[in-house]
Amino acid sequence: MSSTDTGRSPGTVQTDDPRSLAVRIRGLRKSFGTLDVLRGIDLDVRYGEVVCIIGPSGSGKSTLLRCTNLLETPSAGRIEVLGVEITDADVDIDAVRRHIGMVFQQFNLFPHLSVLDNLTIAQRRVLKRSRQEATRIAQENLARVGLSEKSQAYPNQLSGGQQQRAAIARALSMNPRLMLFDEPTSALDPELVGEVLTVMRNLAAEGMTMLVVTHEMAFAREVADRVVFMDGGVVVEDGPPSEVLTSPRQERTREFLHRVLDPTHLTRDELTGEEATTDSVAS
Amino acid sequence: MTSDPPTETAPPASGNLPEPIVVRRGRFSPRQRQRFTRLIQYAVFVVIVGLVAVTADWNRLAESFFNTEVIGELFPEILRIALINTIVYTLLAFAFGLVVGLILALMRLSSIGPYRWFATAYIELFRGLPALLVLLAVAYGFPLAFPNLYIPGGGYGEIALGLGLTAAAYMAETIRAGIQAVPRGQMEAARTLGMSHTRAMISIILPQAFRVVIPPLTNEIILLTKDTSLVYILGLSLTERELTSFGRDAMTQYVSLTPLVMAGLLYLVITVPLSQLVRHLEVRTARKVGSVQH
Ligand SMILES: Nc1ncnc2c1ncn2[C@@H]1O[C@H](COP(=O)(O)OP(=O)(O)O)[C@@H](O)[C@H]1O
Ligand SMILES: [Mg+2]
Repeated sequence: MSSTDTGRSPGTVQTDDPRSLAVRIRGLRKSFGTLDVLRGIDLDVRYGEVVCIIGPSGSGKSTLLRCTNLLETPSAGRIEVLGVEITDADVDIDAVRRHIGMVFQQFNLFPHLSVLDNLTIAQRRVLKRSRQEATRIAQENLARVGLSEKSQAYPNQLSGGQQQRAAIARALSMNPRLMLFDEPTSALDPELVGEVLTVMRNLAAEGMTMLVVTHEMAFAREVADRVVFMDGGVVVEDGPPSEVLTSPRQERTREFLHRVLDPTHLTRDELTGEEATTDSVAS
Repeated sequence: MTSDPPTETAPPASGNLPEPIVVRRGRFSPRQRQRFTRLIQYAVFVVIVGLVAVTADWNRLAESFFNTEVIGELFPEILRIALINTIVYTLLAFAFGLVVGLILALMRLSSIGPYRWFATAYIELFRGLPALLVLLAVAYGFPLAFPNLYIPGGGYGEIALGLGLTAAAYMAETIRAGIQAVPRGQMEAARTLGMSHTRAMISIILPQAFRVVIPPLTNEIILLTKDTSLVYILGLSLTERELTSFGRDAMTQYVSLTPLVMAGLLYLVITVPLSQLVRHLEVRTARKVGSVQH
């Protein structure tokens, strides 16, 4: 690993950055043609924090996440990640991305590589680790997600839940300082959701900084330090899960929660009286 | 529910019922008719084959097509020179076309406009021109236009260039399609891991693209194998001749069709196994792609 950074050059990540914010987004706008998808987003994520983003489909959650590692180029605004202003045109984005893990809804494992090679290829090609070191780190991370037995398997030989856990292990093998999850369980059969959420819960408990787009309200309630509700390209509500999920201030948040809350994920006594009555009407 | 009396809403007005389709029945069922037609086809086929077999002068045919004396004269040169040269020309043109085709495919997909325009123009140009014209231009035209031009490899280089320029245009389109068949998430996942665009192309995208593209590229080898026959027009030296020019010379020399038949058989020795291979690969790729994660 490159722990011997000498001098600050623009675009290199200061791994010993004293600032407490892993992500700082100000006035972020993004449009596709005439479609304004993000309309002025402000968002902070502190180191060690788990922030869950919820909101209706098409509200811009994925786009926000993808702007955070420049998979999408922002139209306006300022994004600082791990102490680097990535919206600066001179930034070496590949150097920043090494420190940001991303997990996709569709897993996106490399189908032509074994699970082990999926985990080692970027370590070797990007971080220039030796084969032995990369393999050792890969095995550690496979053990972490409970896939030690599957290192020689190919992605299409794994279940969806196993594929997603392998994808998480792949991201972790780069020793990221921030993990982005874009609906990591939305493509899974219901019985496989739990194993992925368990891995994510453990990761959160280890202190990983996580920005998670999810529809799993029980997970958000239990694991998140903060829940951000987005709608129509803006942050409508941002606060601890006990507030945003239980007693939202905004009418739009309330409406959304009523639509998505699934009684199998949140028991009635977890909800306030107000929620419970409306929820029981809905069911 | 069977005991429910009919209500006024339940039964649709009988006028709305679809008319039963009318099937006109002839004396024979469709199946009988089909069997009868097929029987007639077989009969006609057998009669024609039989007539040809009876009327043909088999000795004369054997004499023309498989004259054993002539065959004896053809060997071993037809293998040692002609077959080898056909294979060498094919492989050289293929290698040249593959490299240039890959570059063109990447240019076609580039975000840089001029690269894209150049690649598009090249592909349209060389797919639109006859391969023979390109070959003639390289072998005869270029030396006239550029007296100092040096093509490495002499005759072999000229042929690789003359056939490869055209092959590159076709291969570029094939490879581009293969690259585009790789889901966008693959590039995104690779970039997310800190790989540069080039690194992701080399390690992640191209290996997957080439799996898809191997069957059509093998097809391209078959086409090229046959196209090497065009070089007969270049007036090759004795040792440069490939199957067609060798066969033609021998035909004139022995006043016999046999050399062309032998050359033709040797083409088939190359192309038939290759096309079998393509079929096998296509089935395998189809199965693989079908089972791959989405
Ligand atoms: N690459 C793109 N080109 C055009 N429109 C896009 C693109 N990506 C997303 N969008 C549009 O932006 C809106 C927000 O998308 P997205 O961020 O994926 O929402 P969410 O993840 O909250 O469902 C949607 O209307 C979507 O169609
Ligand atoms: Mg989304």
